[in-house]
Amino acid sequence: MSTEIAPETGSAEQAPGGAPVREPQAAAVASGRGERPDDGSFDVTLRIRRYLPEKDATAYWEEFTVRANRTDRLLDALHTVKWEIDGSLTFRRSCAHGICGSDAMRINGRNRLACKALLKDLDPAKPITVEPIKGLPVVKDLVVDMEPFFASYREVMPFLITGGNTPSAERRQSPEDRARYDDTTKCILCAACTSSCPVFWNDGQYFGPAAIVNAHRFIFDSRDEGGAQRLEILNDKEGVWRCRTIFNCTEACPRGIEVTKAIQEVKRAMITRAF
Amino acid sequence: MPEAPAGTLYRGREGMWSWLAHRVTGFAIFFFLLVHVLDTALVRVSPEAYNAVIGTYKNPVMGLGEAGLVAAVVYHAFNGIRITLIDFWSKGTRYQRVMLWIVIGLFVVTMAGFLPRHLGNVFGGH
Repeated sequence: MSTEIAPETGSAEQAPGGAPVREPQAAAVASGRGERPDDGSFDVTLRIRRYLPEKDATAYWEEFTVRANRTDRLLDALHTVKWEIDGSLTFRRSCAHGICGSDAMRINGRNRLACKALLKDLDPAKPITVEPIKGLPVVKDLVVDMEPFFASYREVMPFLITGGNTPSAERRQSPEDRARYDDTTKCILCAACTSSCPVFWNDGQYFGPAAIVNAHRFIFDSRDEGGAQRLEILNDKEGVWRCRTIFNCTEACPRGIEVTKAIQEVKRAMITRAF
Repeated sequence: MPEAPAGTLYRGREGMWSWLAHRVTGFAIFFFLLVHVLDTALVRVSPEAYNAVIGTYKNPVMGLGEAGLVAAVVYHAFNGIRITLIDFWSKGTRYQRVMLWIVIGLFVVTMAGFLPRHLGNVFGGH
């Protein structure tokens, strides 16, 4: 946590004499602040795309300058803005540790999780642009309507489908069979992949990478018997064939899933099934 | 209602730009083929009309256009092989970036062989 971030106002704290001072890059806090010890903190400017429908029908850019530590993530800087400067700034976050998948946003033009993006890695000398993810309707500021995304997810039936009697013990699986779909079990449904896809931006009907990844997770599970059904669902005009192997999804995935590879495997499964 | 200021361009990497270039070159080649079918069909109207139209192509502007057309076809062809490998080779997705650099390398070599000779014909005036 970045407790010592003191935006705008001149901080009263006086540094112990003579400590070397790091020059703040942003000019917002020019006077009044005493010398700080070189604790590695720095000023960073966030250029945030705001949209407050109750106040203004159009989106606009707003800049905030906050003080941040080397260990701070973009999420910490957003918290500072919300808690200390402008409480109307709206964004989603739950666990803040890269697992819940709530805070996917477009950071310096690329989809990232705000809680996994370290400010020092984002070149804090320049303003960091923060926008909502693309292709989904913006509700407010950085919050988008995720319903179209989850609708596609539900359509691929992301649950185990089996027939016959339920076994009295667990359904056994060899390590090799488990490894077959290991990569796609890592999805946290943050929508970073789907909202990085140019096909999805232009055609919201496309299932999108995340839904296909979650279909892949069951199609290649040796215990599952719904594979043919899922392939049938994805063998659609708006299914896997819309993928143009652009690789934005693979690059955007905060879990490091090889998304395009999974989509290609589903495509190949459809072809081999047909012969 | 005032326009909202534009958002930023998505900063995709090699995959996105190669896809965009593939689209643009594909579109350009399509329009060339459209015109090409029309002018070639003129030979059925009369050989003189065909010769007259083809004769108008012999100027430096069209010569540069031909260079652009060859560039588009060469990129589209090599990158098409890359896309085919991404589709059918199980390791294709992992090597897509390397393959793009190979495509660009082959493109440069091909164009280096073609351009001097072609531009010599266009501007050499023989």
